[in-house]
Amino acid sequence: MYFDSVNAALTMEGHGAFVWSAYVITFLVLAFMLVQPLLRGRRLARAIRAEQRRQAAELPAEGGGHAP
Amino acid sequence: MWAFIHKFGSPPWFFRFASTAVRWLLPVVIGALVFGAVWGLLYAPPDFRQGNSYRIIFIHVPSAVVALAGYYVMASAGLVSLVWKIKMADTAMRAVAPVGAALTFVALVTGAIWGKPTWGAWWVWDARITSMLILFFLYLGVIALFEAYDNKAAAAKACAVLSLVGTVNIPIIYKSVDWWYSLHQPASIKFTGETAIDASMLYPLLVMIAAFYGLFALLVLVNMRTELLATYRQSAWLRSELG
Amino acid sequence: MQPDLLKFLGFQAQRHLRGALRRPGDIVNPLVFFLMVVTLFPLGLGPDPDVLADLAPGIVWVVALLSSLLVSGRLFQSDFEDGTLEQLALAPHPLALSVLAEIASHWLLSGVVLALVSPVFALMLNMPGQAIPVLMASLLLGTLCLSLFGAIGAALTVGLRRGGVLLSLLIIPLTVPVLIFGTSAVREAVLGYDPGSWLALLGALSLVGLVVAPIAAAAGLRISLEA
Repeated sequence: MYFDSVNAALTMEGHGAFVWSAYVITFLVLAFMLVQPLLRGRRLARAIRAEQRRQAAELPAEGGGHAP
Repeated sequence: MWAFIHKFGSPPWFFRFASTAVRWLLPVVIGALVFGAVWGLLYAPPDFRQGNSYRIIFIHVPSAVVALAGYYVMASAGLVSLVWKIKMADTAMRAVAPVGAALTFVALVTGAIWGKPTWGAWWVWDARITSMLILFFLYLGVIALFEAYDNKAAAAKACAVLSLVGTVNIPIIYKSVDWWYSLHQPASIKFTGETAIDASMLYPLLVMIAAFYGLFALLVLVNMRTELLATYRQSAWLRSELG
Repeated sequence: MQPDLLKFLGFQAQRHLRGALRRPGDIVNPLVFFLMVVTLFPLGLGPDPDVLADLAPGIVWVVALLSSLLVSGRLFQSDFEDGTLEQLALAPHPLALSVLAEIASHWLLSGVVLALVSPVFALMLNMPGQAIPVLMASLLLGTLCLSLFGAIGAALTVGLRRGGVLLSLLIIPLTVPVLIFGTSAVREAVLGYDPGSWLALLGALSLVGLVVAPIAAAAGLRISLEA
């Protein structure tokens, strides 16, 4: 480890605010780019499964004839 | 070889491939990013001229490198989709654009933050920054064109043409901007010949570049998988895949 | 090349020129736009002749770029709307060459006219006299590039309802080298140096554009016709 203390690592001899904010912004942006499609994919998969179950449940009932 | 390409072009096969690849890549990429960031932030020695502010290089340079490479990936996918009409290439192109734009944005923001302590200004109109800004515009153009079309198959083809024209233009843009103004330090990583950067800084940088390439692949695959879920939600193969 | 093809292309160019001359407003309005925007700069920057002379190459070139973007947006509009484009796409002659004829006639009526009128604007901005021939030459070559790139954007957006702003988004990043080469040539001339290399670069860029743009624009038009 280059820094002596947590405090030294945070301030980085005056450059801490720049360095840490750059890293935080980068990881926030990239995490958003990762999480957003992952969540959308999970939502879609759940919707597709639910639809499948619904259709499986409806299928035997359809054998009795459609509504007039 | 052709069988392999055929498999790659088939949505069911690709869905399975992407699902497996995402599961494996996710921990590896996150691990590599954390490892590289901790190395660069806490263990690498400070630069003798710039002090600690140079530590931004470990995210700035990788995001810039991968953002530029991403444009070529997108254009190659566009070429494949125009010439061989492989559907997955359309999906890939559509998936790369937002990832590339985000990486370019990150490169610009970290560059601005790095510029403040180094040059005393948030924004300097030098060759590389300006080229990155124009690359950002190129990505935004592709995204905007895609959104403007209602017919998404036509949108993908239009974006393919646009990104190919952009590819022809990128070296010209880069060169012209370079001539227009050059104030930056010359390229300091060269894979052939001597490297001007010390090993203690180069290794974490290389780790981060590799990690960002992995991240790019991961984000693109996640986007493509989600896109397949949305496009093929009525298809039998997808239902059996999820079932 | 068959003489038939040449005759066909000549006919296409003639058709465009005649169509454009029937609506002289389309030729004059961009020039009026040019004049008005050039007027805005002294109003915004102050009337100091030295400051204006310093900024003149940039001002004239940026405004030329914008007015060229404005007109190239409608390059294929009328042909798309009246179905001519579909006929051209089905014709036995390559669509790329018909597109080239269209771009060439468009350039004659927008870029060439603009370059011929540009000395007036240059003098209004106090640009030194020795730079004016270079300004005209750079605008002649540069507007050809702009028409070629603009044609690609116009082809990709012709079928869209809100194509106007989108076209600028697509084309402005591609026009960066044109602007850089053009303004650099004029600036060198203002300072009394030889602008030859910058003009040569502009010429090279137009050659690249002449090869790439008709093919890309033709591909774009086919996509727009399908959509």
